Amino acid sequence: MNKDIEKIVKQVCESNGQNKTKMMNIVTSLQERLGGLSGDVMDLIAKQTKVHRVEVESIVSFYSFLSKTPKGKIVIRLCNDIVDKMQGGEAVRKAFCDELGVKIGGTTPDGNMTLEETPCIGMCDQAPAALVNDVVFTYLSTDKAREIVRELKKHGDPKKIPHRLGDGNNAHDLVRSMVHNGIRKKGPVIFSDYEAESGLKKALAMSPVEVIREVKIARLRGRGGAGFPTGMKWEFTRGAEGTQKFVICNADEGEPGTFKDRVILTEKYDLLFEGMTIGGYAIGSDTGILYLRGEYLYLKAFLEEMLEDRRKKGLLGKDILHKKGFHFDIHIQIGAGAYICGEETSLISSCEGLRGDPKTRPPFPAQKGYLGCPTTVNNVETFCCVARIMDRGATWFAEIGSKGSPSTKLLSVSGDCSGPGVYEFPFGIKVRDLLKEVGAEDVQAVLIGGPSGQIIGPSDFERTICYDDLPTGGSIVIFNQERNILEVVKEYMDFFVEESCGYCTPCRVGNVLLRNGIENIIEGKGEPKDLDYLKELGESVKVTSRCGLGQTSPNPVLTTLKNFRGVYEKLVKKDEKGFQPTFDAKRAVGDAEKVAGRASVHY
Amino acid sequence: MGQTIKFTIDGTEVNGRPGQTIMEAADEAGVYIPRLCYLKELTPHGSCRVCTVIVNGRPQTACTQPIADGMTVENNTPELLEHRKNLVDMLFVEGNHFCMFCEKSGNCELQAMAYRLGILAPKYPFMFPTCEVDASHPDIFIDRNRCILCGRCVQASKDLDGKHVFDFVGRGVHKKIAVDAEAKLVDTDADVRDKAAEVCPVGAILKKHIGFSVPIGKRLYDQKPIGSEIEEKKMTKVKS
Repeated sequence: MNKDIEKIVKQVCESNGQNKTKMMNIVTSLQERLGGLSGDVMDLIAKQTKVHRVEVESIVSFYSFLSKTPKGKIVIRLCNDIVDKMQGGEAVRKAFCDELGVKIGGTTPDGNMTLEETPCIGMCDQAPAALVNDVVFTYLSTDKAREIVRELKKHGDPKKIPHRLGDGNNAHDLVRSMVHNGIRKKGPVIFSDYEAESGLKKALAMSPVEVIREVKIARLRGRGGAGFPTGMKWEFTRGAEGTQKFVICNADEGEPGTFKDRVILTEKYDLLFEGMTIGGYAIGSDTGILYLRGEYLYLKAFLEEMLEDRRKKGLLGKDILHKKGFHFDIHIQIGAGAYICGEETSLISSCEGLRGDPKTRPPFPAQKGYLGCPTTVNNVETFCCVARIMDRGATWFAEIGSKGSPSTKLLSVSGDCSGPGVYEFPFGIKVRDLLKEVGAEDVQAVLIGGPSGQIIGPSDFERTICYDDLPTGGSIVIFNQERNILEVVKEYMDFFVEESCGYCTPCRVGNVLLRNGIENIIEGKGEPKDLDYLKELGESVKVTSRCGLGQTSPNPVLTTLKNFRGVYEKLVKKDEKGFQPTFDAKRAVGDAEKVAGRASVHY
Repeated sequence: MGQTIKFTIDGTEVNGRPGQTIMEAADEAGVYIPRLCYLKELTPHGSCRVCTVIVNGRPQTACTQPIADGMTVENNTPELLEHRKNLVDMLFVEGNHFCMFCEKSGNCELQAMAYRLGILAPKYPFMFPTCEVDASHPDIFIDRNRCILCGRCVQASKDLDGKHVFDFVGRGVHKKIAVDAEAKLVDTDADVRDKAAEVCPVGAILKKHIGFSVPIGKRLYDQKPIGSEIEEKKMTKVKS
């Protein structure tokens, strides 16, 4: 191996204490510096961290931002979410391909630039978007795509490509991003003005048990989508045996169409860190981890600076706010492109330097989580809610929103509407009212809760967004009458096929079968019985899958089979004669004809 | 000794001990819950999902779920049979399984499970993937066409052999078994006496030189369906 490379690998491993649990830092850092992790590099990492080489390969081959084969110094990752495609993403893709002279997945002959596609990067409100290394480009057009490539060819530095700066902290010296916040509606909980650290101060004046009780009285439920009661989770973690406990913030928002955490991370990071600190106090932990999705790498330096600022102010570190014996600090763990890591046990695996495979439950993270220690994993927005509950009280919090779903919810709205962006609404808002507010007309379908949620049609627009009716982590995507619903379904199934970790049979195989089934129907090769086939297959995947991914991934198929049955029925071919209507005899004998070198007698 | 945990499987009371999983308690009681990735000597992997049962109304895998007093477990229901058939179907179409010339035939757990569940041909379309075969090692070969990603070899190598010959690479439908070398098994410390060379439920990891040594009719599942050895326990119990 090249001596320079050897030196870099050793240096990176040593700076991470040759610690195998820091594997994510080691491999992401080396990927960035070397452009790829070859067999030799993996061998050396293995030696340095005292693991087997196949363990390193297991990790490298899991995350989409890592690769064994070398990539260019510059990696352009086009977001291929359906919302990007609806806003002209296909033309942008073509422009990039033409200008670079490569196909998707290709690297320019000089080895400098690689062009890839990637699922939702959290920019659906300003699509089409792309990541060039860690620099985000939004509102792309074909002209802009060409300009980006030309600039890169000139100086090779994505940061030097001229761009205007976004609003708020997007313009901060450590961010300098063109992303704009897109806060469309401020509500009383997350986006209202508040007195900094007031929640933390009040929490520290209470006992940890009282803090948890307050969170329970507020009836706060997880904002990531699953809606587990936060107070209960904290109670379990606090009560679990173990001297070392951990607070993890899940900032791996990967559900297609969601981007609300991006805005909290730039504009309300203080509220988030305050909430995490309260969490540490409540469960008895001195360590917090912010798991930041690889797509949000552009925020890392800024967030680290803000954490440092809190340390200086005595809001992190030892004896926080002079509370004797309460020590807490937060560090950031970066991801590397894997939707599954939003699942809490996968996220823990990833933090431990492993493949992002979900873990077997029980034991639950509250009992045995990060490195086998009791761990609470909560969503970004959930921690913000906690800080506000402590500040304003559980009663204030619980009185906002609907009966079963207290308070507000941040909704990331995108797709066919005039006002894409982040909205803070009290729970209980009707879909119809939401659509009016965001300027959506002529709506055919609304995706509530991302592809793992539901696709509903107009007959459900009187329903309300809340845990008891239409629950959501916040992703709302609107499709107007011009959109092809089955194409939407296929896009989302492609996503799940791509993002399944492959651990369990139903999710690994079933999603492929579902996707292929939808494709068949789109191509006019479907029969009426295929609708039952898809429904039964989807049910099996839901019931038998090991984690939340597979338990919800058939939803695009199942909810449209229910809500848009007519669309399917129009496409499947009936045949009254009892023949298989989609059997293409000519194609069936095609291969045999080729081998025989002559046409079949019958055709 | 210790206390007894009482729960029911399909309405029949089963007694277990604290710390047991549903699968362990059921096996002891002579109640067979179909399974593929599970192997008694190894930590349950919970990946094939064939042992999915309904515990107090919710699906769980019997191999990973601890028993609890008063728990109701549904195992032998038409719905679960259908799900299990679908899972086994998926495993068949995801690989390339040609039983007629596979030397594991008759001793293969996947094949035996299909027969037990009443599958004659998969209902899903075959995927016909391209898979690598590794015959580099003098005594062991790997045929990934038949691998069902149960993880037994990975764990056996790690936990029983104290090595790390195998692990998973890739994700989703591209997930596969890899060896602790650039590409070939011969470049690892794998040995024919390893437990990892014995635990494969299908014909993906086989020992060389001993193929087809048992004649048809005398193979493991020629006489009795898979799971009989567990169900027979119940018979002997009833008799005694």
